[in-house]
Amino acid sequence: MRHIISLLVENESGALSRIAGLFSARGYNIESLTVATTEDPTLSRMTIVTIGSDRIIEQITKQLNKLIDVVKLQDMTEGNFIEREMMFVKIRAEGESKRSEIQRLSDIFRARIIDVTDSTFCVELTGSGGKLDAYIKTLHDGDVIEIVRSGSMGITRGVKALTL
Amino acid sequence: MELSGSEILVQFLKDEGVEFIFGYPGGAVLHIYDALHQQDDVKHILVRHEQGATHAADGYARATGKPGVALVTSGPGATNAITGIATAYMDSIPMVVISGQVPSGMIGSDAFQEVDAIGCTRPCVKHNFLVKDINKLADTLKKAFYVATTGRPGPVLVDLPKDITAPQIKVPYKYPKKVSMRSYNPTVKGHPRQVKKAVEVLLSAKRPIIYSGGGVILGNASEELRKVTHKLGFPITETLMGLGGFPGTDKQNLGMLGMHGTYEANMAMHDCDVLFAVGARFDDRITGDTSKFCPHATIIHIDIDPASISKTINADIPIVGEVKTVLSEMVKILAEKDLPKSRSSALESWWKKIESWRKQDCLAYDKTSKHIKPQSVIETLYEVTGGDAYITSDVGQHQMFAAQFYKFDKPRRWINSGGLGTMGFGLPAAMGVKLAFPNSDVACVTGEGSIQMCIQELSTCLQYDLPIKVINLNNRYLGMVRQWQEFFYEKRYSHSYMDALPDFVKLAESYGHVGIRVEDPADLQSAMEEAFSLKDRLVFLDVITDQTENVYPMIHAGAAHNSMEISPQHKKKLGAINPDGELA
Ligand SMILES: Cc1ncc(C[n+]2csc(CCOP(=O)(O)OP(=O)(O)O)c2C)c(N)n1
Ligand SMILES: [Mg+2]
Repeated sequence: MRHIISLLVENESGALSRIAGLFSARGYNIESLTVATTEDPTLSRMTIVTIGSDRIIEQITKQLNKLIDVVKLQDMTEGNFIEREMMFVKIRAEGESKRSEIQRLSDIFRARIIDVTDSTFCVELTGSGGKLDAYIKTLHDGDVIEIVRSGSMGITRGVKALTL
Repeated sequence: MELSGSEILVQFLKDEGVEFIFGYPGGAVLHIYDALHQQDDVKHILVRHEQGATHAADGYARATGKPGVALVTSGPGATNAITGIATAYMDSIPMVVISGQVPSGMIGSDAFQEVDAIGCTRPCVKHNFLVKDINKLADTLKKAFYVATTGRPGPVLVDLPKDITAPQIKVPYKYPKKVSMRSYNPTVKGHPRQVKKAVEVLLSAKRPIIYSGGGVILGNASEELRKVTHKLGFPITETLMGLGGFPGTDKQNLGMLGMHGTYEANMAMHDCDVLFAVGARFDDRITGDTSKFCPHATIIHIDIDPASISKTINADIPIVGEVKTVLSEMVKILAEKDLPKSRSSALESWWKKIESWRKQDCLAYDKTSKHIKPQSVIETLYEVTGGDAYITSDVGQHQMFAAQFYKFDKPRRWINSGGLGTMGFGLPAAMGVKLAFPNSDVACVTGEGSIQMCIQELSTCLQYDLPIKVINLNNRYLGMVRQWQEFFYEKRYSHSYMDALPDFVKLAESYGHVGIRVEDPADLQSAMEEAFSLKDRLVFLDVITDQTENVYPMIHAGAAHNSMEISPQHKKKLGAINPDGELA
């Protein structure tokens, strides 16, 4: 199953490589990994999307917890949570009909056009991974110049929070 | 007190109670060596190869329970140390390795003797630290020792850039008595409800077995294990790492289990209805095929490391905690219970079955051979040392014979590389042990292959007067490799023959030691006695052993516990055995 694991880790130079190294050394999957500092500058927050059987996921969380740099861990998938991912797409947009078609599509997906040239649009879109996939599907293959995806972030619903 | 980084390191080691530091100098650690030179509280042992430094520190740690400390220079010093670090990591040995690093400003520039020691060691340390600020040096060192020695122990590396240790820069130093790390809180007490539940299951077992591992030794829990095992009256089997955790000569002990475990231990594992795993990690050399492992058993598992529980084998009653505290909790619960004086009838018939397996004498070997049998060497070693020596070993057949035939009654007497299986471990490890216990007999059981991997340490032994006894089971083969080739590759002995061997007697002599060769079984006893009578000399006993001997029993990789390859002597007895594997 697909799991979203959120971590608070020491904001130390080696922390990221320890976590990435753990996944490669033990042969675990990483679908995406995002990391940035938190309101507390000594802590980073990491979101890892991984896929595995219950047994593997249990090992992943235990092994992550064992790392000295990992301060706290939460498997979002165990409760109610919100998942979002952000994406930029640079699209070939030449000719009036093409340009208005992209605009229309973007409206439907609540995507925003954030950069415009004579021949391209750059679109920003936030949502679940599935929504981003769906948006890409509506574009013609030849029209996509570049895609940047952030990887997923997650947060629990309700009052429960991953804090110290 | 204002001290330089080098002085802080040395003073800290002294304050931390470190007796010995095993090391080898080089450019990046010269400031540290200068500081070491100006004191004699911390004794530095100059090894001949950094692998030797880490193994010696490791041997010291295994024998004493205190952390071993090694000091190496940057670049090749650090990379040479890695085999020893990985060895300690796999067996959860507390160790702190200090490595020199190029000056902070040059890190990342491919400077002379620069290697990313943090990156290189990351997969085989419990944790590592790069010191970037001299003001954090003392605290970092304290954290290193704390992490190495608590929870599930392990090696920790501290990488020290040369500028941090420079004599010109001095900062105030105070020994940090306490550490606090928000991200590291090793669990200690087992969950009371789980412990109670485990005791209930144990008391209702009909065919129980206790399977104890290295965690008992590391956690100093042998006394508690002995009490629980005696109270329950259960059979117990130990892993390679757990030998000595429970007395080897005790009737309840079935000996080692696993790939080269005893017939009775492996058969009992296969048939048990309750498996009580204590500080053991269900390694593949123990379990064989996991799908056929203990097929009828309810599994209780105590381990300090949550990640060890249900990793390869699912535990029905997991107990995360220090083995010692959990077992003493069990002792208490059992004492409060009104247990019947005699064994239950179910347990009685279980023991009867076990005794019938035991009677087959699976370790029997040909005692009429005109060649020296490796097993007889270990038996002689056992007799001559009164079963009370520290035995280190290398890796191969000799290691298995030592594990099978030396009955360790005490913990920390059997010192071998179990997890990584590192040839070359035995001799340097013995140095660490001998330094810690100068008045005890210390023997290194080795093979002509393994000993050559760290033979240079014979020189260290002379320099520091370490009268170790090296017992070389010289079969002129990488015996364990040869055995696998005999069984699984139709006797195609590809590169397992040790040609062009040195004359080990002369080699020992040229290092300034005593060398004795034994070729005739009749001379074995007297040669062994002579070796141990030379109290203040290192003796290299080169025993020319039977080239064709194999280690039995053997569970083939991936097989079940009840399908073992047994010795020809054992097979002879099979005529008298019924299909259930019991003696008629
Ligand atoms: C560093 C290292 N390299 C290779 C091996 C693989 N290996 C395991 S046992 C063995 C043979 C050891 O030969 P020897 O020391 O003569 O012992 P014997 O089996 O003959 O008793 C080898 C090569 C190992 N364990 N460690
Ligand atoms: Mg050999």
